[in-house]
Amino acid sequence: MPGLKKTALHHRHLELNAKMIAFAGWALPLHYGSVIQEHKTVRAAVGVFDVSHMACLTIEGKHARAFLRRLLAGDVKRLADQRGMYTCMLNDRGGVIDDLIVYRQTPERYWMIVNAATTQKDLAWMRSVASKQEVRITHTGAAILALQGPKAAVTLQAVLQADVLKDLPRFGFTQINTTRIARTGYTGEDGYELVTDPPTAIQLWDRLTAHGARPCGLGSRDTLRLEYGLCLYGQDLDEQHTPLESALSWTVHWEDETRSFIGKEALAHQTSHKMIGLSTQHAIMRPGVKVVGDVGEGEVTSGGFSPSLGLSIGLARVPRATKSCALAIRGKLHPAAIVKPPFIRRPKQDHALK
Amino acid sequence: MSKPLKDTKYTETHEWILPDTDTGELIIGITQHAQEQLGEIVFVELPQILTKVSTGDTAGVIESVKAASDIYVPINGEIMSVNEDLADNPSLINDSPYEDGWLFRMRGDLKGAKHLLTAKQYDELIGS
Repeated sequence: MPGLKKTALHHRHLELNAKMIAFAGWALPLHYGSVIQEHKTVRAAVGVFDVSHMACLTIEGKHARAFLRRLLAGDVKRLADQRGMYTCMLNDRGGVIDDLIVYRQTPERYWMIVNAATTQKDLAWMRSVASKQEVRITHTGAAILALQGPKAAVTLQAVLQADVLKDLPRFGFTQINTTRIARTGYTGEDGYELVTDPPTAIQLWDRLTAHGARPCGLGSRDTLRLEYGLCLYGQDLDEQHTPLESALSWTVHWEDETRSFIGKEALAHQTSHKMIGLSTQHAIMRPGVKVVGDVGEGEVTSGGFSPSLGLSIGLARVPRATKSCALAIRGKLHPAAIVKPPFIRRPKQDHALK
Repeated sequence: MSKPLKDTKYTETHEWILPDTDTGELIIGITQHAQEQLGEIVFVELPQILTKVSTGDTAGVIESVKAASDIYVPINGEIMSVNEDLADNPSLINDSPYEDGWLFRMRGDLKGAKHLLTAKQYDELIGS
């Protein structure tokens, strides 16, 4: 596929006969044979994803904290060193420019993981907001692996032999040599995201797969995140809708009334729409499917087949007062149940290594 | 998976049509090439039985993990029965596109149906 950027693991994907697709300007694996088997492996054991298309940005300087408190809807005042949080970067109308995870290394040094398709837009926006403030914003060009599943902790422990990993809290991170390891992910399972340099990424990939982590592609990444109701930028989130219309009001932090963040005024108004979860056994809902509700129409923003449940699930934006609805698919109305995501819950278990 | 019989006909939309000499009906499915292109099939919507249909009508839909694909009626006629096993096990189409993964049976006359392809013509179409 000419003209596409290649990740450090490109040759690994080709060796594994991955079905490669173009995604946000990158050549990436859709699957290595079976989306459904990759999905089930992450739910039951452990899988490894190459997510190097996502960008790692660092924000440094004496005013880094003040800058991020203004830039982001979530308040980085909540973060201690070595901790991260999920939130959104908004425009003046409260629309979502991007969703991201921001981590604090020190009070003057932060890093963020942002979406591939939005990276250049994010950088331009951040630099315009920073204007004369003393912050340095850098796009690092790191390679990123996601190790996900109930066996992620034992697998990473076996590979890195580092005791700190087992005690790493959710959204905490640590650094081992050149690799930053955060206990985060996009599957709903326990797991880690490993941000590193390209040669180390290849070594880690080889050692993780040798220890039983199954290579997984974007196809299962999408079905896994949807089962947990996790939003996908460009489908469930965009600049035309606020976090409050995307079931992300929990990512907007209001506790410090004196904090002024971009989009704050716009979010003060009640919104007309909300995001709900839907499921149906009668058809497969896809993005763009019309939702016919008791008080008006809406639209499916993400939808597909749930390998864990064996039926179709999706997220939809509908009028706020909607209590019941049906899906218009190929000229027929199919009943759908309104479900509060996540659509599945992982069994209670202790993921620590004992 | 066995190869289709030699009197099987094909459509440009990747259905196969096999005349069943016992019943005089036509059995319709999708080709190996089509199931490979679709990927893992997770849902199938089949036509109503005992309905009159025309060439090119939408007979149903096959949904894979990533996409939906219409099934088309290959010839004028009437739908007689559908493969009930697909409701619980749509992956039969992936595993056995020419046998257990058949879609529906219909009555219709293949004589003079110039739009249908021979095996050789179909292989040329898909470039194999």
